[in-house]
Amino acid sequence: MKKARFFLVSAVLFALLAGTLSSCKPKKVGGLISGDAAQKVYVAPGELDEFYLFTSGGFNGQLAVYGLPSGRMLKNIPVFSQDPMSGWGYTEETKPMLNTSFGYIPWDDSHHPELSKTNGEDDGRWIFINGNNTPRIARIDLTTFRTAEIIELPNVGGNHASPFCTENTEYVVGNSRFSLPLAGKDDVPINSYEENFKGAATFIKVDPTNGEMSIAFQIIVPGFNYDLAHAGKGVSKDWMFFTTYNSEQAHSLLEVNASQNDKDFVMAVNWKKAEEMIAQGKGKKIPARYMHNKYDENSHSATSTEENEVTIIMAEDMPGLIYYMPCPKSPHGCDVTPDGRYIAASGKLAATIPVFSFEKMLKAIENKAFEGQVATIPVLKYEEVLAGEVPQTGLGPLHTEFDDKGFAYTSFFVSSEIVKWDVEKRVVVDRAPTYYSIGHLCVPGGDSKKPSGKYVIALNKITKDRYLPTGPELTQSAQLFDISGEKMTLLLDFPTIGEPHYAQAIPAEKIIKNSKKFYKIEDNTNPFVAKSEAEAKVVRNGNRVDVYMIAIRSHLNPDNIEGIRVGDEVYFHITNLEQDWDVPHGFAVKGARNSELLVMPGETQTLKWNPDRPGMFPFYCTDFCSALHQEMQGYARVSPAGSNVPLTFSGGANAAE
Amino acid sequence: MKKSSQIIIFICSILMIGAFFLPFWKIILEAPQYPEGMQMKIWLYKITGDVDNINGLNHYIGMKMIQEDEFKEFKIMPWALGFLIAFGLLVAFMRKRSLLWTWIGLLLIAGGIAFYDFYQWLYDYGHNLDPHAAIKVPGMSYQPPLFGYKQLLNFLAGSFPDWGGYLVITAALGIVAVAVYEQFYRKREKLSVKA
Repeated sequence: MKKARFFLVSAVLFALLAGTLSSCKPKKVGGLISGDAAQKVYVAPGELDEFYLFTSGGFNGQLAVYGLPSGRMLKNIPVFSQDPMSGWGYTEETKPMLNTSFGYIPWDDSHHPELSKTNGEDDGRWIFINGNNTPRIARIDLTTFRTAEIIELPNVGGNHASPFCTENTEYVVGNSRFSLPLAGKDDVPINSYEENFKGAATFIKVDPTNGEMSIAFQIIVPGFNYDLAHAGKGVSKDWMFFTTYNSEQAHSLLEVNASQNDKDFVMAVNWKKAEEMIAQGKGKKIPARYMHNKYDENSHSATSTEENEVTIIMAEDMPGLIYYMPCPKSPHGCDVTPDGRYIAASGKLAATIPVFSFEKMLKAIENKAFEGQVATIPVLKYEEVLAGEVPQTGLGPLHTEFDDKGFAYTSFFVSSEIVKWDVEKRVVVDRAPTYYSIGHLCVPGGDSKKPSGKYVIALNKITKDRYLPTGPELTQSAQLFDISGEKMTLLLDFPTIGEPHYAQAIPAEKIIKNSKKFYKIEDNTNPFVAKSEAEAKVVRNGNRVDVYMIAIRSHLNPDNIEGIRVGDEVYFHITNLEQDWDVPHGFAVKGARNSELLVMPGETQTLKWNPDRPGMFPFYCTDFCSALHQEMQGYARVSPAGSNVPLTFSGGANAAE
Repeated sequence: MKKSSQIIIFICSILMIGAFFLPFWKIILEAPQYPEGMQMKIWLYKITGDVDNINGLNHYIGMKMIQEDEFKEFKIMPWALGFLIAFGLLVAFMRKRSLLWTWIGLLLIAGGIAFYDFYQWLYDYGHNLDPHAAIKVPGMSYQPPLFGYKQLLNFLAGSFPDWGGYLVITAALGIVAVAVYEQFYRKREKLSVKA
């Protein structure tokens, strides 16, 4: 009996021991949302969101638009990638937009949306976004939410440090993530990297009246990886700051070989000085082939123009133009405080955030406080330019945005959190976990002189268990935090389209007031427009057949076409005659191998069609436009090649009989 | 030795056989972006679990690859445990208290060596880092805990027995309990009977 009791006691002790062990696990922090979160993000049906949020599509090459605080997705604007829904990149009018010096390229990797600025504030006129792979910058017109212009960047490999703009959108910039030998001199051994490979800090002039871009000059800089950039503002407005990693100049296994130097650099470029040097004729024109594509809102057509030269200045021959500031461990983000006095750069393998002082930088330049040089470019002493380091932040700092109360918000990829810190005191005041692995973050106006202190949006790389699973490929996501109080509080998770690298947000009223409702038909200068039913026609010219077709509720005209032959090249030019808000018409024809069309009121778009077999081909409107949308259809008869069926067309023929 | 003690010793020896079919120890890793956690299961003769994922992450900090054939222990441990089990069965068969104590001594020595060896491996993996690693945090080492939880950068590392380990520990505790009983309580029982 006693023995049994003895074993019982032993067993209980053992159970207690095991229990203690499993309960000693440290508790996870935070992550809980407060009770009134739902109220803070609830935008009642019929009400409008307060902010527009523009997130890059990453590998989908597009730009997505959301409303905040609801996180409701409004639009995916086609930019660098084809969009068969709208016909972007498929229609004859839009194909030239995706033309490059490499030919037609229907995709890209878009990373950083950048709103145009006036006096350092987001003005809501345009938004720029970079194409990383085939180096390009696009400008989207925010009256129409259409891509209005795309310019290619020669001499650049991986246009990642882009398209950040100066205080008055004088310039948007680009720079090489993959340094390259200059075009035409690039058939060299890869291991001659140190000698031959260069970055190209590209300054693209933006016409203040119409936004039109042109490459003003390229500063040829040492061959590092130029990662991100931000312009100075206020006191520092004449400068552009780029982060660089791979100052080791490795050209293989960069994950190891570019992580060896204790410090890489923030490159400070005095762009005003560069302008002066160009004005003094110090620039040199070199041959460089690149495309400049523009979309005309009246002709609803794009043109692609080939450019053949670019002005360069060699950084190493221009003293006073560029200075390097040492920055710990492969810096990524490069962010300037709203007052322009500090630059926060994030060593993505570091555990602290160095904050550089613009004032100290100028002083260090004046006192020649150099610790060395790269080529002939001075490297300033770290201690002489540093305002201070923010200690004990987290792991893997990436990007910083600012609010209106003197706080900064830095994203930490490795430790998956947002850390809030005091800019002047440089101490951490709050931290919030993100789910999971945050990349960029966004405060509305957070890179401008007038940030809003309402929200910060985390742009996450991994979602795992946060949403219903959808097979191996899961959604990526954004998370909305309230930052109006002392503590950041999580309000909302919402999925995003593509990979949201960077995002920018702007008060909605700045955009709504200029928003276009439809295109005026009388302004339509498309050569193939049919401005009324009477102008609808079909014209043959050799084997080219042009169909001037109108769409209006609820018919297409002409809707009976005969006399098309196999081997013909048929162009359906669809003009939407509606002159009212929110009445697009679609167009699709059976067997079309390219796309459908979505034509806005007052607009003309053209679908090319190569019938390859005889038969009867129905076509119809694909946008449910009206009660009799299902009646909005017609037939194209295709006869064998060489057939003598005469070309005829009609609309409303039955009624006329 | 009482009949019931003999039976318990026999059962405990048999319990230990389970360690051949179940993982012995586990290392757990959790991080914000790994809410489901990762586990490495250490058996007497092999490693299973998310070893490839763990190796993939470890390369950032320059930790050596964890590879099964690096461990000579996997060749020795099954034999060592086999011997201990056989010895246990012998004790149950012989019913000699001195043999029981010898067996406990052997178990303690084996356990001590195993933990010492385990610690050595953990120390080696945690400290012997590639100087060319991408992430180098000054003063930071990555030695997982011998037992319990420890925060290593963004990872919470845990080290605990697994089912096989629990079986052996339970068996060992049972055996010690039998020995203590046989040595002290039973004597007193006899005394009390005499009195």
